[in-house]
Parts: sequence; structure tokens; C-alpha cells
Amino acid sequence: MNIRNLISYSFVILILGLVQILFLRNLALFGHAFGFLYLLGLLILPSTLRTIPLMLLAFVLGFILDVFFETIGMHTAAATLFAFLKPFWLKTASPTGGFDEAEEPSLSQIGLGRYVSYAFPLLFVYSLAFFIADQWGTGGFLGILSKSFFSAVFTLLLTILVQLLFFRRKRGIS
Amino acid sequence: MLRILQFLYRVRAFLLFAFLEFLAIWMIVANNSPQGAAFFNSSNELVGSALKKQADVVQFFSLADANAALVEENARLKQELLGLQVKPDSMPLTIDSTLKATFELKGARVVANSLRFSQNYLTLYKGAKDGIKPGMGVFNSQGIVGRVKSVSENYSVAFSVLNTSLLISAKIKSSEVFGSVQWDGVNASEVQLLYVPRHVKASEGDTVITSGFNAVFPEGLLIGQISKVEVNKKDPNYLAITVKLSTDFSKLTYVYLVENTQFQEIDSLYRQSDLPNEY
Repeated sequence: MNIRNLISYSFVILILGLVQILFLRNLALFGHAFGFLYLLGLLILPSTLRTIPLMLLAFVLGFILDVFFETIGMHTAAATLFAFLKPFWLKTASPTGGFDEAEEPSLSQIGLGRYVSYAFPLLFVYSLAFFIADQWGTGGFLGILSKSFFSAVFTLLLTILVQLLFFRRKRGIS
Repeated sequence: MLRILQFLYRVRAFLLFAFLEFLAIWMIVANNSPQGAAFFNSSNELVGSALKKQADVVQFFSLADANAALVEENARLKQELLGLQVKPDSMPLTIDSTLKATFELKGARVVANSLRFSQNYLTLYKGAKDGIKPGMGVFNSQGIVGRVKSVSENYSVAFSVLNTSLLISAKIKSSEVFGSVQWDGVNASEVQLLYVPRHVKASEGDTVITSGFNAVFPEGLLIGQISKVEVNKKDPNYLAITVKLSTDFSKLTYVYLVENTQFQEIDSLYRQSDLPNEY
């Protein structure tokens, strides 16, 4: 990863984090579907980034969100799990022979079908971890499951929308 | 030995993962235990001021509503004050401890509020500098809002009523029957009234108010109206009462904080006689 990419990825993560904190704070469609848009910043990181730096990044990112949302530990735990699973899943879900090493798994690079099959399970696992931590001992499991499912769907739609609108060029981020 | 080290090196990612998860779960537990000190939260100066900046912008659009609510409340208070003014009399009333004001009020602005999680908190723009202490009750002109959890110099964090770990002592106004109000984490406009025995006649539309027994809230603050009465399925000796909250938690801008100046005394009395003090 060269320095130009590094700057553009940091910029994207910063912007997404700000949007998450400022605008998606109390947004939940029908009180059910949460939008965890900041995960897009982790999703599009290239497959060359190893698990350990990715996990540390996710931990810090989740922790910052937690401090703002007063949900100490919940985003952190879920984001760390997300980052831990991402490289494995990327390897498993990639076509035979694997993605091109330097490729970033974004919508424009891998196509809609493959993007959905790559992103959705990860988002679902994230949401599941988050809501289990949130509703520990209070909500029923069915409620957690439906909240996780709809949050994953909503987040997926948000990430696709953002990528269609703002990630124009083939390489890098506009 | 080398083999072990090699093995550990190979699973280093997993080890780090386990460590970070452990850290995160420890944070969740430490933050949620009622006695545990919260190390990081939005009463932090930096986070608090960022949230305040955001509230500055967002709340600008609801200034008109906030003003209208304040004017309405002012008018009501003025009216009550007129009735309370003492007329010159040959037989003045002496104030004894039953009439002495034991509650002190302070106003504060809400800079952050969540209502979508099952543990919701408010961040208020008043802190230790303004005399805010953990344990103070929070309410607004519509009804109760929560209870202060921790304070920093300029900011404080309060449990919202929409927090499954907060219990508030309440009573049904018409029949004076006591119970505890607790949120079940489902609907942000409804709470449950617990521990009301089955023989009590409660009907839809009855008003539920604070009981004044918990020394946090004064008696008679509005909580809401009963919207549904059923027999508790888990424990048929009790009723399952659903209360529609009078406070609109999605539109909180200004709140009052109430401190019971005799809280220490009551609390130590409870401890002396080994009674659990329910907040």
C-alpha cells in the first residue's frame, strides 16, 4: 500500500466515522434497522492488509464510536470480531485463484453479486455480536436475530449507495 | 520450546483477537455494573465538547419548540406561585421539617441522547462545577427522564428511563398502589410497571407518578398513563402493566436535575436498618 492510498483510506474512514457519529446516531429504520456505515471503511481495505493491523484499527475505531455513543465495549467487541473474520472470509469467498493481490474488495472492483456475498455475512455477524452485547439478558433471541438481519440489510444498502454515489473512479477514491 | 514459540507465532492473530475481545467485554461489564466506575464515557471533556457542538447545530432547529414548552411551563408556574403567596395574617405559619423544601432544582441542556439501544444514556452540559452529583434525578416539564450516573468537570452522563438497568419507584395516582417502573428494552415510548399485586384494580388511562419513596425524585412527578393491564404470565400473583411514557425522549433539549438535600440522612437510616434502598 503506497502513501497515496494510505491517505485516501484514512480520509474515507475519517469521513465515514464522522457521518456515523453526527448523522447516524439515532437513526434506526422502524426502530429495528441500524446503519453501521463506518464498516464500509473496513470493508474496502485491500486484501493485502494483514489481520493484526486491521484488528487494531477496528478496535480503535469501535472504541471511539463507543465513547461517543455511550455504549462502551459493544462496538469495540463487534468491530474486532468483524476485522478478525474479514481476511478469512475474503479468502473463502474469493473466486478460485483468489482476488488479485492488490485489489480492494469494493463494489466497482468485484461487482455487485460478489460484493453482496462478501459483505453481507460479515455485516450480519457484526450486527449479531453487537445486539447480543446490547441486549444481554434482556431481549429474546428472536428479537436480536431480526434486528441483526435488518441492520445488516440496511447497512449493506447504505454501503452500496455510498459507493455508487461517491466512489466514482476505477482506482482509488474520488 | 522452539516449536511452542513457532506455534504461538503462527496463531498470533488469534491470540491478539482473543485479547482484544476480552478487553472489550471487560469494558462492557465494567461500564454496566452500577457500582463500577466508568473510565471512558461521553462526560469526557473532548467528547463532551464535540457532542455539544453537534447539539448546537441540531438543537437550533428545535429552538421554537423548546421556547414554546418553556413559556407554557413558566405560565403554569406563575399561576401556582400566585396561589402560594402568603397574605399578611395575624397568625403566621411556622415552617417545620414537614414543610421544609428538601429538593433543590437545577437546569441543564441535553447535548446527546440515545434511544435505540437497550442501555440508553443522556449527556448533559452541566457537571461537578455546577454542583451536579451522581444519583440526582433528571426530569423535564413532560415527566421523568432519568438519573445521573457519573459527572466530570463540565459534563455529566445520566441513565435514561429507557435503560433496562434503571428502576424507579412509582405509584398509580388514583389508588396509591406502589410498584417499580422499568423499561423492557422494546418500545421507546412504553415502560413496565412491576410488582403491582393482582387484587389491585388498575385500568387503562390511570396516571402513574413517582412515589417519592426512593429519595431521588420528589413525589408526584408524572411518568405516564397506563395503556394496558394484563396478568403477569411469569408470575400470576402480579399484574403486567404497560405505561405509556409522558416524556417524548426523541425531543429532549432542556431538563431539570433534582437533588434531595436529605438524601444522605435517608440513605444512612436505610443502611442502619438494613433496608435495600431502591432507586
